[in-house]
Amino acid sequence: MTPSHLLDALFPAGHAVRVDGPVLAGTASGPTGVVAVLGTCGAAEVGVEVALRLAGELLAVLRAHPGRPVVFLVDTRGQRMSRRDELLGLASYLGHLAATVGLARQRGHRLVAVLFGDASSGGVLPLGFMADEIHAVDGANPWVMALPAMARVTKLPLERLEALSRGSAVLAPGLESFLRLGGVDQRWEPPLAPRLAAALQRPSGPDARDLLGHQRGGRPLAAEVARRVAAAPGPVGR
Amino acid sequence: MRPAALDRRSWREATARRRLAALLDPGSFVEWLAPASRVTSPHLATLGLPVAFDDGAVVGEGRLQGQRVLLAAQEGAFMGGAVGEVHGAKLTGLLRRALRERPAGVLLLLDSGGVRLQEANAGLVAVSEVMRALLEARAAGVPVIGLIGGAWGCFGGMGIVAGCCDALAMSEEGRLGVSGPDVLETVKGVEELDSADRALVWRTWGGKHRWLLGDADRLVADDLGAFRAAALELLAAPRPLELETLEASHRALARRLERLGGASDAREAWRSLGVQDLDQVAGMEPEQLVRAEGARRGIR
Repeated sequence: MTPSHLLDALFPAGHAVRVDGPVLAGTASGPTGVVAVLGTCGAAEVGVEVALRLAGELLAVLRAHPGRPVVFLVDTRGQRMSRRDELLGLASYLGHLAATVGLARQRGHRLVAVLFGDASSGGVLPLGFMADEIHAVDGANPWVMALPAMARVTKLPLERLEALSRGSAVLAPGLESFLRLGGVDQRWEPPLAPRLAAALQRPSGPDARDLLGHQRGGRPLAAEVARRVAAAPGPVGR
Repeated sequence: MRPAALDRRSWREATARRRLAALLDPGSFVEWLAPASRVTSPHLATLGLPVAFDDGAVVGEGRLQGQRVLLAAQEGAFMGGAVGEVHGAKLTGLLRRALRERPAGVLLLLDSGGVRLQEANAGLVAVSEVMRALLEARAAGVPVIGLIGGAWGCFGGMGIVAGCCDALAMSEEGRLGVSGPDVLETVKGVEELDSADRALVWRTWGGKHRWLLGDADRLVADDLGAFRAAALELLAAPRPLELETLEASHRALARRLERLGGASDAREAWRSLGVQDLDQVAGMEPEQLVRAEGARRGIR
């Protein structure tokens, strides 16, 4: 789905979103007023410049429009892989972007992510996967690493990995897997606008992706492990 | 460099549990979901791969000069400290606990290649849950400090986790990045990066470079006591998650791009920063470099 088709489908009442290279930023008419729109397109590689621009756009929303909901539109093949980005400290730029999203949540901005293309690794972690709710539309393709590269790194034979990945939510790339793991909440079919409106109007709650992953059978242990650590009894007499 | 393998005070050579013990007041560490709980990765078992009873992550609480802190330590000896479903959930649970209990801080002893590819998708989601829980703890006023000096460095999604912390302490031997040398060479070719070029790897990801640029707040010797001292200092100087602090970070990162964006190598970047004696940087002890740079920046 192209960004303009997606914007028309999500915001039939109108939108003013600039597409500037790989970065999308602007505003749109939401169910209860103006929402901010921020994201990437064209299977963007998120390097230091893109990360800084996204963080700058979001900081501007926080400064000028307290509480305004933000919709993240996600299409990224991951962090930009280059010696220059690493030299300049990409970890700090991506961490800064994620921290800005964390601050937006703390200040009461409702955050909804819509995956509409690739959604991979260091591109999806600091923006899309930081949202309160994460949904997918036609064309969404979350993944970590292509199987041939994974075979090289893990030293598992490719044929074996391909066989194993069939039916395995942890190994097979794609939306089905991430739905089962709870990493993506819902797959949205058209019409998209009412789906988004409902998501924007739900109250924010704690991160429940691990519970979802348990219910859907993709992650049998995450929720239970996190709960046990969060609630383990401390030493007597503290 | 000292012969680290013989050095019983070396952070790099120590196991995750030894690092925790050395960091904390004697006998104060209490582990949660310890190996006796036998919580192991279901996905590694499916692949017929060995599992660990702690899944490579040690979490618990202890006292640091009397202050109650929560801690997580990644064990590089198990799958390079990589994050799978259970490993990640232990870190997330710890950070959620911090949000509720408001300890003096959370210390993350990072030693990880990033997402565990054998359970890739679950690892990626797990890292995002760690990031969200970390930032929620920070937003509630609990400082989160990262310590990086293990053999695996801190890469992939865990590099971004490090970038979410209040502050980082690194040793010269520590490395921090997103795409590590092996991944860069595999994906982009040896022309982009020759991972066998140790000096290049060191000055692209190593602790001194990260400290000179400002990614790391403390540069310390590869020494258990030095990390303890740095952790105490950083706990006392939190960087709260507020609009003003993030706007200041933003300006600093923008300025870094303006000044160093054209640099093709760390040495060029250091020259742009005004570092003296470029040839001496590699051979200097961390304390020497910190002193020399401190004096120079103070004068300027």
